Amino acid sequence: MQHLKQLVTEGLDAVAQAADESALDQVRVQYLGKKGELTAQLKSLGKLSAEERPAAGAKINEAKQQVQDAINIKRTMMAANALSKQLASESIDVTLPGRGQATGGLHPVTMTMERIQNFFAQIGFSVAQGPEIEDDYHNFEALNIPAHHPARAMHDTFYFGDGTLLRTHTSGVQVRTMEKQQPPIRIICPGRVYRCDSDQTHSPMFHQIEGLLVDDNISFADLKGILHNFLNVFFERDLQVRFRPSYFPFTEPSIEVDIGYQGEDGEQKWLEVLGCGMVHPKVFEHSGIDPEAYTGFAFGMGVERLAMLRYGVKDLRMFFENDLRFLAQFS
Amino acid sequence: MKFSEQWLREWVNPAISSDELVAQITLAGLEVDDIEAAAGEFSGVIVGEIVSAEQHPDADKLRVCQVSDGTTETQVVCGAPNARVGIKVAFATVGAVLPGNFKIKKAKLRQQESFGMLCSGDELEISEENDGIMELAVDAPVGTDIRDYLNLNDQIIDVDLTPNRGDCLSIAGLAREVGVLNSVDVQGPELKELAPQIEDIFPVKISAPEHCPRFLGRVLNNINVNASSPLWLQEKLRRCGVRSIDPVVDVTNYILLEMGQPMHAYDLNKLNGSIIVRMASQGENLTLLDGQKVELDQETLVIADNEGVLGLAGIMGGADTGVGSGTTNVFLESAFFNPISIAGKARNYGLHTDASHRFERGVDYDLQRQAMDRATLLLQSIVGGEAGPIVEQVSADHLPTESQVSLRKARLEALLAYKIDDAQILDILTRLGLTLVASDEASWTFSAPSWRFDMAIEADLIEEVARVYGYNNLPSTNPVASMEIPASAEVQRPLSILRRHMVSRGYQEAITYSMIEPGLLAKFDDKNQPVELVNPISADMAVMRTTLWPGLVKALQHNQNRQQSRIRLFETGQRFIPSEQGLQQQDVFAGLIYGSRNPESWHGKAENVDYFDIKGDLETLLAIGGQDFSFAAVEHLALHPGQSANIKLDGAVVGYVGAMHPGLVKDIGLQGPVFMFEVNLAAISLGVLPAYQTLSKFPEMRRDLAIALDQKISVAQVTSEIESSAGKWLNAVRLFDVYQGQGIENGQKSLALGLTWQHPERTLTDDEVNQWVEQVVTHLAENAGASLRG
Repeated sequence: MQHLKQLVTEGLDAVAQAADESALDQVRVQYLGKKGELTAQLKSLGKLSAEERPAAGAKINEAKQQVQDAINIKRTMMAANALSKQLASESIDVTLPGRGQATGGLHPVTMTMERIQNFFAQIGFSVAQGPEIEDDYHNFEALNIPAHHPARAMHDTFYFGDGTLLRTHTSGVQVRTMEKQQPPIRIICPGRVYRCDSDQTHSPMFHQIEGLLVDDNISFADLKGILHNFLNVFFERDLQVRFRPSYFPFTEPSIEVDIGYQGEDGEQKWLEVLGCGMVHPKVFEHSGIDPEAYTGFAFGMGVERLAMLRYGVKDLRMFFENDLRFLAQFS
Repeated sequence: MKFSEQWLREWVNPAISSDELVAQITLAGLEVDDIEAAAGEFSGVIVGEIVSAEQHPDADKLRVCQVSDGTTETQVVCGAPNARVGIKVAFATVGAVLPGNFKIKKAKLRQQESFGMLCSGDELEISEENDGIMELAVDAPVGTDIRDYLNLNDQIIDVDLTPNRGDCLSIAGLAREVGVLNSVDVQGPELKELAPQIEDIFPVKISAPEHCPRFLGRVLNNINVNASSPLWLQEKLRRCGVRSIDPVVDVTNYILLEMGQPMHAYDLNKLNGSIIVRMASQGENLTLLDGQKVELDQETLVIADNEGVLGLAGIMGGADTGVGSGTTNVFLESAFFNPISIAGKARNYGLHTDASHRFERGVDYDLQRQAMDRATLLLQSIVGGEAGPIVEQVSADHLPTESQVSLRKARLEALLAYKIDDAQILDILTRLGLTLVASDEASWTFSAPSWRFDMAIEADLIEEVARVYGYNNLPSTNPVASMEIPASAEVQRPLSILRRHMVSRGYQEAITYSMIEPGLLAKFDDKNQPVELVNPISADMAVMRTTLWPGLVKALQHNQNRQQSRIRLFETGQRFIPSEQGLQQQDVFAGLIYGSRNPESWHGKAENVDYFDIKGDLETLLAIGGQDFSFAAVEHLALHPGQSANIKLDGAVVGYVGAMHPGLVKDIGLQGPVFMFEVNLAAISLGVLPAYQTLSKFPEMRRDLAIALDQKISVAQVTSEIESSAGKWLNAVRLFDVYQGQGIENGQKSLALGLTWQHPERTLTDDEVNQWVEQVVTHLAENAGASLRG
């Protein structure tokens, strides 16, 4: 039995000495294999009496187990070492940029327009579109702006000489919608509009969003409510808003809406952001809607102007230069 | 319109500050654009009198003056040519501070002491006159502070009036409005009638009464046109932005500003026979007061005499009959012209005058006689003369009719969602000049005043009540509507999705002008004649685009010029294609790429984009709708003849994709190569509704083919030949290699294709599949000249 103890000691030593997986396996074969030294001890059991045999067998098995456990532990350790070596060798700089395309971006005018459309879509407005080259009737006449009306001077219009023109607002879309549909009408009309004017604050082409709500009991109070609500949501602030009488031939009463802000000198200042009003009865009549049965309001806003206020852009012309350094700031 | 606050306050003087007044009228719809002081900031300037003026002993241009302040005389050296004995002047004493914080100190000019300074209008920022010192009226009280004497503590308020408020284009009209807003009474100067002093008249005939329903004329003889307008008159004109010319013109301008009635004065001695108000004959000529020569058309209303045209009615008088230094007798005109007759006429002649501005918007049609009397009296007080009787021609049938408008109490309340007291409503409307003519429980009926051209329907009155009550004092609510889910087509792909798809593929959205330079456009499209603007803003925006490409190319160039080496742009918008069915306004989606394929990076080699980059991007865009698009080689003016394709859907061309023609790249001065596409938005935004098909449980069989064939035969053709010959159960044809070079004959190419078959209900046998492969090979050999490669 002294021999067994020595074998175990030797075996454990050999396990400890094994430098790699194959050396370890050799140790296993040498001690625990079919012809292994510890396995061979079992053969000596035959020389013992039947009474002695179970105890001696148990001892040999214990010895084998001892060596086997050592081998297992060593093997696990070796695998762990190997893995950590592999992982170490596979380490990369995870801060390097990824492969493939950089994303582009939407134009700030589109972003602003989509944002505004979404607000109104949430309360049941649908988007209506119309032609950019419009006829005089839908751009002016139907909107209560007859030829030679002084209000036409407010719209520096591009003409084609055949009675058509570049629309000066998207209001023609409202008329076209009312011609086809009886109330309730809830539409929002986004799009390009054109005025024959160009400087730092005027572009010959810009974008407008107009809205129209016609139903059987729409009031001036509703108009005030919805627009104040919209401006608060758009600027994500509780804004000071004032409603100032103005004049548009297609609405009456007509309103310009100003938002309040503190000037650099601490003084209260106002900035005009949109125009609106109750739909003029004549516009209803032109479009086949009974002005006695229905009332409604319309509003219109310049998209670039709102985008400039929202994002702090100073020069309107930037929107149409398409300079990537400018555009990328909005992606 | 610019006006003097003090002048307004002579008419109506509510107990509110200037700032409050400005805020109040702005919130009543008379938007104040600007406020400026009537004079610069200065102090210590008094009325002085030059009591002696001696030539400076050592300077030709200087004079040594003794200036009196009423008690003492002070020596002042002055360089103004008009410094002379007897005139009253603006005398800045030692210690005075002039605009710009310029302090007046004792000084010596060429050895002569000077205690103060005599000022020009320019130096006091009262006027722009700088060719001499200001000469005050002879009766100016010496020693008085100039600010008090000239009432300079005044503000010039510039109000931007909307076209419907022609009634406010005068002090009288503004005062009326301020009176309403403050519920205070308005008191203008007393209006007197003038009894004729002589019998002289000049006859007036109206041959176009529908355009000129009322015309008043009066003769004023023996005037002294060389008298000068009193300072108070000049000052009032100046503060309303009108320059003083001579007393006659000044008085007509004064009446225009005070009452809103444009008037005109003619040199009576230059008039022949009678005044005739008529339409011009085509081609008649006229030289206007400002020297401009115009050729008239027969749509233009003119004032003429027996010899010819004298002036454009309601717009501007003529040069030949204007009042000048030699005038002794004048003929005054005070007329009412129909707004419709004047509207737009001035603009047709490139003119815009104070008179046309008012007549276009509507002048009070009952004002002419009052204006004539007030003007004559004022004029006589300056230039003397004897006035004849007023000659009036009027056509009652053509004067505007007094409109009667009803206002229903319930309608007003419903529209404002608010009830305003009846008494307050009546106060507002009557102060505005409306007269209550009838009333009952439910409504009132008013007649509108002769100065309001914007009161014809109930909505006009509702607006007035709301406006004066104050929009900001009215309630605010959220509208209530019935909740209905609108129809929505699932197959319709929203533009927002298409846009975002391109963004995720690295494209930046651009927005370019719809108007483009015709020469540039013609390089991209020679098939469509673009529609032309009559009044383009510039030559490079003269026509409407028929393709988005030139706009995108300009954006590309802008960025190339700013050292951008990698550019990917897209735009959506309309193009304008004339056709036999009329103008087509088509929404399109276009894109363009240039430069390196990927952003400059640490991995891989930098490679430039090619045709297949843009085609790949385009294919993913087309896949959003999922319709069956096909590509075929095609020639296009703007594209490389060997690298361009049309895009077809259901047999119709819906777009183009390709490399920009290298010649065009060079011509425009771009760096290339550039690749671009444009496709109809309608074609890509309509999708296909998914329809489920049973999945086969049986294995797919694959055979790979390598064929060699003429390089001109397209893969699209090969694929279609395979599909027509590979039997019913062909699943897919995949191209996995294209090769040209060693081992392949010149002019040939090799294609490697993977064909798969699958049956829905059973496993296919090798024999079946081999038979189909044979069919395909035979078919390709016969129809595409393809041979199987070993």
